[in-house]
Amino acid sequence: MPKVLDALTGLGRSSTLARKAAPESGELAPIWQPPVFVTCPGCERRATRRAWAESMYVCPNCGRYQPIGGYYRLSLILDHGTFRELDEKLEGSDPLDFPGYKEKLAKQTRKTGLSDAAIAATGKIEGMPAVVVVLDSHFFMGSMGTAVGEKVTRAIEYATNKKLPLIIFSASGGARMQEGILSLMQMAKTSAAIADFSAKGGLYISYLTHPTTGGVTASFASLGDIMLAEPGALIGFAGPRVIEQTIGEKLPAGFQRSEFQEEHGFVDAIVPRSEMKATLAQILRLHSKGGRRG
Amino acid sequence: MIKEVLRQIDDMDKELKALGEDRSAEVKQRRKQLEQARAELLEGCNSLSAADKVFLARHPHRPKIDEYIDALFTDFFVQRGDRQCKEDPSILGGIALYKGKPVTVIGHRKGNTLEENMKYNFGMPGPEGYRKALRMMKQAEKFGRPIITFIDTPGAYPGKEAEERGQGEAIARNLAEMSTLTVPVIAVVTGEGSSGGALALGVGNRVLMLENAIYSVLSPEGFASILWKDASRHEEACDVMKLTAQDLLNYKVIDEIIPEPLGGAQLDHQALFANVDAALERNLSQLSRLSGSALASQRHKKFRQMGEV
Ligand SMILES: [Zn+2]
Repeated sequence: MPKVLDALTGLGRSSTLARKAAPESGELAPIWQPPVFVTCPGCERRATRRAWAESMYVCPNCGRYQPIGGYYRLSLILDHGTFRELDEKLEGSDPLDFPGYKEKLAKQTRKTGLSDAAIAATGKIEGMPAVVVVLDSHFFMGSMGTAVGEKVTRAIEYATNKKLPLIIFSASGGARMQEGILSLMQMAKTSAAIADFSAKGGLYISYLTHPTTGGVTASFASLGDIMLAEPGALIGFAGPRVIEQTIGEKLPAGFQRSEFQEEHGFVDAIVPRSEMKATLAQILRLHSKGGRRG
Repeated sequence: MIKEVLRQIDDMDKELKALGEDRSAEVKQRRKQLEQARAELLEGCNSLSAADKVFLARHPHRPKIDEYIDALFTDFFVQRGDRQCKEDPSILGGIALYKGKPVTVIGHRKGNTLEENMKYNFGMPGPEGYRKALRMMKQAEKFGRPIITFIDTPGAYPGKEAEERGQGEAIARNLAEMSTLTVPVIAVVTGEGSSGGALALGVGNRVLMLENAIYSVLSPEGFASILWKDASRHEEACDVMKLTAQDLLNYKVIDEIIPEPLGGAQLDHQALFANVDAALERNLSQLSRLSGSALASQRHKKFRQMGEV
């Protein structure tokens, strides 16, 4: 009987994630729907939505990486039926009473269906449990305000208490300007949580995706035991425009991209989306046996 | 506008000086007049706008870190270099005695002349500066020395080499490591505290702030430029950003406001140093009663509560 229940709840969980990932996975689309074409902003060639989904939104023509939604990414890496969302209801607020911000938040929620830019979940990757956080750049450019800082911190604390490995996919334009100084303080809050998690022996894999900049780069995103990046992602503290204005010259092609970060010693590996799940599983497996704490 | 008030005060000070020691009734009368007008002007500085405070926080004659060190500490020994590749002069730090006891002092360094400012990169550190600071902090922990930081920066330097050497990583590392230190850490925001470049020295058990200092996610100019694509709207930004010491005390981002002389710290350095000294001594003696683990845990909890939803 428990097995049946497990299977049933598992079904419930997987269908929740499948439903949330559907706009990008296309899995729940009715068969009779006409093909939808999507144009690549890189090469400007078109491909069907189905072809894009099959390549995990890496352009089938030129190989350019398209940003993907948080739930879709989770559906690509979590084992079927293992997804359980953490703090789903935690939403953004307007701590500074910033003019027009509440309306903007509501608009972002209507547009994306998200409560703020971070999604946290537990699940299994090739049978190994982990806490996974994804920043979704579709919501306010993935910027970090109090809701993102709080959700990331709670997920880290959850991983600390449950002694689970932690994986964070970062994508962020930096601090949420409308939450001012409190956004800045989220850098200290999340970094302190990582320090505590790390001191207790937790494994943290930081996966940088396009774009990871500003306050997120200068906090938890740079503190992984293992640092991974998606090909071609912009990763840096200051934005390229600000740097160009400051130094009065154009930056070379490829500046602050994943490959540049690897060359300068800040990432362990650049991992294509197609190998994302297998690579995470490999690293989890390498930490699952042996070792002093094993 | 504080700028105009300060100009008038400056004119009065010049005239007072020019009057010299003349004791004639006429001059006496004029001197009295001027002194009274000056005092009245200063009284009007009681409630300043956010933009006024930004002006004062950046005032060229506001005391700099080396002046704080001269006034408040003795036996200062400068430490240089990150032990990896470079010495970054935009951060000044070392070991000194405070009330006869060893402490580690670290802060952003701004200069008094253009030449000095070029040398110190206007107080905008690269990753080497933050790594040097962290090295000194870990050493302070090793020897059980309290750490006092002085924050005054337009931000971390947005340069090419800074990015190549991991500006983001350096700041992140400081935030994480500072949260675990087992010695007292007191951070004092003395001028401009802008962005992660300020916070990287700011994870303290106590965060104190001068009355006219500012502390914000970005400079008002950068803020206006990002949010409204128009840097010229910076004064408007000052009002909505909540960057004054009074605002930050309300949000519990800082613990205490250190009063400045009327009209701003630049008008009377000695009076300011006395106020800073009193605040430092009181906070340090409170923190010194806590154990190492209690200090780390108090600091962790303090930042954990910021923007708690
Ligand atoms: Zn393409």
